[in-house]
Amino acid sequence: MSRPYTKLPAWIDHGVLPLVNVVVAFLVAGLVVLAVGESPVEAARLMLRGAFGYGEGFGFTLYYTTNFILTGLAVAVAFHGGLFNIGGEGQAYVGGLGVALVALNFGSILPWWVNLPLAVVAAGAFGAAWAFLPGYLQAKRGSHVVITTIMFNFIASALMVYLLVGPLRPLGTMQPETRQFDPGGQLPKLGGLFESLGMSLGGAPLNVTFFVALLAALFVWVLIWRTRLGYEIRTLGFSPAAARYAGMKETRLVVTIMLISGALAGIMALNSVMGDQYRLQLNFPAGAGFVGIAVALMGRGHPLGILPAALLFGVLYQGGAELAFDMPTISRDMIVIIQGLVILFAGALENMLRPGVGRLYGFVRLPLTKPVPAEEAR
Amino acid sequence: MDMLGLLNLLDSTIRLSTPLLFAALAGLYSERSGVFDIGLEGKMLAAAFASAAVAALADSAFAGLAAGVGVAILFSLVHGLASITYRGNQIVSGVALNFIASGLTIILGAAWFGQGGNTPTLSANGRFLDIALPGADAVRDVPVLGFVYSGLLSGQNLLVYLAFLAVPFTWWVLYRTRFGLRLRAVGENPGAVDTAGISVTWLRYRAVIICGVLTGMAGTYLSIAQSAGFAREMTAGRGYIALAALIFANWKPVPVMLACLLFGFLDAASIRLQTTALPLIGQIPPQFVQALPYILTVILLAGFVGKSSPPKAGGVPYVKER
Repeated sequence: MSRPYTKLPAWIDHGVLPLVNVVVAFLVAGLVVLAVGESPVEAARLMLRGAFGYGEGFGFTLYYTTNFILTGLAVAVAFHGGLFNIGGEGQAYVGGLGVALVALNFGSILPWWVNLPLAVVAAGAFGAAWAFLPGYLQAKRGSHVVITTIMFNFIASALMVYLLVGPLRPLGTMQPETRQFDPGGQLPKLGGLFESLGMSLGGAPLNVTFFVALLAALFVWVLIWRTRLGYEIRTLGFSPAAARYAGMKETRLVVTIMLISGALAGIMALNSVMGDQYRLQLNFPAGAGFVGIAVALMGRGHPLGILPAALLFGVLYQGGAELAFDMPTISRDMIVIIQGLVILFAGALENMLRPGVGRLYGFVRLPLTKPVPAEEAR
Repeated sequence: MDMLGLLNLLDSTIRLSTPLLFAALAGLYSERSGVFDIGLEGKMLAAAFASAAVAALADSAFAGLAAGVGVAILFSLVHGLASITYRGNQIVSGVALNFIASGLTIILGAAWFGQGGNTPTLSANGRFLDIALPGADAVRDVPVLGFVYSGLLSGQNLLVYLAFLAVPFTWWVLYRTRFGLRLRAVGENPGAVDTAGISVTWLRYRAVIICGVLTGMAGTYLSIAQSAGFAREMTAGRGYIALAALIFANWKPVPVMLACLLFGFLDAASIRLQTTALPLIGQIPPQFVQALPYILTVILLAGFVGKSSPPKAGGVPYVKER
């Protein structure tokens, strides 16, 4: 089989190329800033200051980063198995139901450090349950997982609206949300930890879920590159025919991948439901499930790439909020454009710059090394 | 339900089906040629904004239509560039375009019109108004005919008529023209089309451009025919419903129309169901009715209603040298 594009060294493929694509995405975003009559350089400066310039801003940046690590990992795991899970939003939303059920029922009788693992399990289980059917239908019935996960996002939204305006709403309020959790259902903020390092987080909602997210990143690395299941996942993603020929159980594998992916997305709910709002609210994932797509594409599906990519989007979300405050012509929706451009250039148009970068690499390399005959190089 | 109530329900069914029909037919051309398109939502949104903005500035509905179609074609070409020329992932490209449209319409709208992302309210010149068909008043009192002709057929706007005329036209293009034959072939087996000496790339680009024209009309309908201006996120998931209708209809023109009418009817009914209880069943949660198109699509995809047979080469970029 002929490869449509020349093969480049891994460090270019996984390092330089995504970076170049992201830079191009930001340049185009700069044009949009110009179009609304503001200075892109000034906008970037305000954004960075808002994200890193003071303790509370930094706390918010890491809080958003936590969301995006988890949803990014969710998309990445599915990607490795050749599945495109764009249902992270719905899975996170339904995952919030699991978190809320634990916090509402045990918040008054158990301390937070007992409720945390319970909530992780419940959130993961609910998220996985919401990903189960799309996975099962893909494996058994051949219905495209992209379409079914889109549909499940909308169904999740309808279901949660129904629950929050109906059964879950406490009597006597009009707000479509649950009652506030008792102290045992509230995760501790990391303000104290940062204070001991001499940094004030102010009112930033950064909480212990951050460490859960880092553990999840470690878990995904071990799972994908250090276990038998991970090997099977990667084989399936690389070549379904090869996986079948090697006797792997495709149906079970596809369902397993979607369960893990859905669970990771579901755990994201922990951060805002139990770590910040202390109640289940409408639309709390606020697009984090979709940001995960950009994060996973940018990070090339590797936890070491996903962490910085999630941080970048954390910076964009927090910095973007500050920017919207300082530059009234630019609203937070600027982030949505940047996100779209990153997905476009790092994902869909990744082959556009590949020949150019490859040529540049060849141009730089040739004087340094002896040219290798084409036949031997293969 | 009385006669007037039924008439109102059917009338809003037609009005709510129109944007779905345009968008689903748009997806039909693109996907039949082998290019999956989940960017319908974004193209509709971008077109809705462009048409409302230009209609407001030029005070002309047709200038608005041209702008809406133009912008949707531009978005389609980006999708074509990514998925045809650079053989990128079509799903990823569609997702990206949805994001870009969602953010761009709000940022530009807020910057240009200063109304939080909305465009100014359009005057009558900038909108497609309802057209009374000849003789509608005369036959109003004839029992069934008058009901259908003057109540439903007459008094819609130009784009509604265009959408429903596009159905037989699409059928004719697809099944009775050379272009249609090749379009269907390139979605099933691009290699065979290539061997016959026909350019796969150019065929797919044409399909993608037609998709732009139709999504442009869908968006234009939303902002300058159904309402009098653009409001942020005004497509509200209709692009995905259209996608669902397309799958539901098994990528065929006449079933597409029926699916769109069904989903339009569910939409119209869900508004009324919030206040009335059904006999025997009682009060249905309106959220359930809203989710019904998505639930039905999943059930259909699972193969419980019928077999869905998407174009075989759909979603796969074509590599010539093999």
